[in-house]
Amino acid sequence: MSTTEQKILSRKQWAGITILGLLALFALLEWALNDADPYQQNLIRYFAAPSWQEPLGTDQFGRDMLARLGAAVRLSFALSLLCVVSAASIGTLLGVVAVWGGRSADTALNLLVNTLMALPGLVLVLLLAALVPGSFLMLYLALSLILWVEYFRVVRAISFSLKSSPQLQASYLLGFGRWYLFRRHVWPNIAPAIITLAAFGAANSIMAMAAVGFVYVGLKPPTAELGLMIVELFPYYSDAPWVLAQPLLVIFLLVLGFNWLAGRRHPLANEN
Amino acid sequence: MRKIFWNRLLQAALVAWGVGTLTFVMMRSLPGDMAYRIAAGRYGYDNVTAAAAESVRTELGLDQPAVVQYFNWLGDLLTFRLGHTMVSGAPVIGEVQHQLGHSALLAFVALFFSILIALPLGIFTAFRQGGWLDRGTLFVSSLLRSLPVFVVGLVLILLFALELRWFPVAGFGSVRHLVLPALALALTLAAVSSRVVHESTYQVLQSGYYQFARLKGLDNTAVFMRHGLRNMLVPVVAFMGVQLITLIEGIVMLESLFSWPGIGHGLAHAIFARDIPMIQGAALVMGLAFVVLNALIDLVCYSLDPRSQLT
Repeated sequence: MSTTEQKILSRKQWAGITILGLLALFALLEWALNDADPYQQNLIRYFAAPSWQEPLGTDQFGRDMLARLGAAVRLSFALSLLCVVSAASIGTLLGVVAVWGGRSADTALNLLVNTLMALPGLVLVLLLAALVPGSFLMLYLALSLILWVEYFRVVRAISFSLKSSPQLQASYLLGFGRWYLFRRHVWPNIAPAIITLAAFGAANSIMAMAAVGFVYVGLKPPTAELGLMIVELFPYYSDAPWVLAQPLLVIFLLVLGFNWLAGRRHPLANEN
Repeated sequence: MRKIFWNRLLQAALVAWGVGTLTFVMMRSLPGDMAYRIAAGRYGYDNVTAAAAESVRTELGLDQPAVVQYFNWLGDLLTFRLGHTMVSGAPVIGEVQHQLGHSALLAFVALFFSILIALPLGIFTAFRQGGWLDRGTLFVSSLLRSLPVFVVGLVLILLFALELRWFPVAGFGSVRHLVLPALALALTLAAVSSRVVHESTYQVLQSGYYQFARLKGLDNTAVFMRHGLRNMLVPVVAFMGVQLITLIEGIVMLESLFSWPGIGHGLAHAIFARDIPMIQGAALVMGLAFVVLNALIDLVCYSLDPRSQLT
């Protein structure tokens, strides 16, 4: 663990952390301080200009935009966090299993991965979303299902070269347990790649949720979700461009923050 | 060479199986009795009788156990009997063929634009590593890759269609309709690929064999054409394989945004309308196209890099 934590973050990564921190702070403060209900319509006050009551104005149904943006940011963070944690743990576990679990486990897992990679991720997410329309749980399962493959491939590739390394063999012969071997020898080698993948995965899951919302097959209205908000506000562009600009800016900042946090190139980008 | 072929063939079979299984589950999980629903589709809702539903049931084998139906379903899929769409009643295969052509046009033009942007920009900035253009493109690329492709398309619509009125907002018909969706996709692709071109070129320029060729006395153009270009292209073409995912996902999103009558638009609409035969046809064709394009990239890499032909 210590070897990875000693590394100082680059300036870009700090910038990413700052952006994400501010967004998280916004989401939390909004939740704690703003009493407005993101679903409460007030049809007389549609597209009201910003005021002390509604600092970011209101949308086409007179709903408080501040409350809706806060809810949408919390939803995006929650989904990306859930997806990344599930995908990283499953991918790492199966990657280790593929290397140390014998040839048949490796073959079976590779067949599974090849099947998943044969369809573009978004198409698979769309198909699974079609199975149970409008379900957050299904969206979470579908995104985790396509994301774990990356962790699996990276962990498998790195562990494979570690398997016969002298230090690992020595520890094994000294009788150390599996968990110790993983923590002492495998984890420090895969951790940097896992963290980079996690940041990219968070950005991807946020973009994917917005994308399926945008084509009306993701979460259903009136949920405050960034993609849905964009597609619902788009027809009112000429009436209220500043309201449409808000979800656009938020999704840009979320993805930018995670991309900068990743810091390096995607570990699989150079692979054939 | 043969290995590439068999791997991709296996993948194609897995795509067909995966799509077929998912849509079969989707079909079974629809509410109501399927025989009554199909009978209603055939004879109209007022003319459905128990006898009509029974005849449909025996004709289509709906009274058989689920496992048998599952294999029938997969058998139909393998012989490309994709059925009729539930919305217009037209055969799925014709619809899909029609849409695939439009999508291919959009994808091809977008890819062409992206190469037109990325290749000169990447190579030029590699020769001037750290110059203002290099830092500028790096910055723009990092902003652009933080925008989902539909947001890029939306911003282009706002800018060039609604404000400047240079191009139509959406639709299909003339060349002018093609510009904005193709440009949106090309920008998204070039944001990443221009940096890949840059890095790959820079590595070649720093390499021993390139420096040696310069020392021999070849001029800049000759040495790049003879020793640089091919070496630098191998990682770039391989990266295009990675970008195929971006390309296909971009097609799905942008066709929906611009009402482009392609296969992504078809898929999104079919899902919205719960039109299962159409979902199956569109997803199947998209998955197969993905596998075929990947195989093509494999072949180009194979012919570009003689080292891979030794094994």
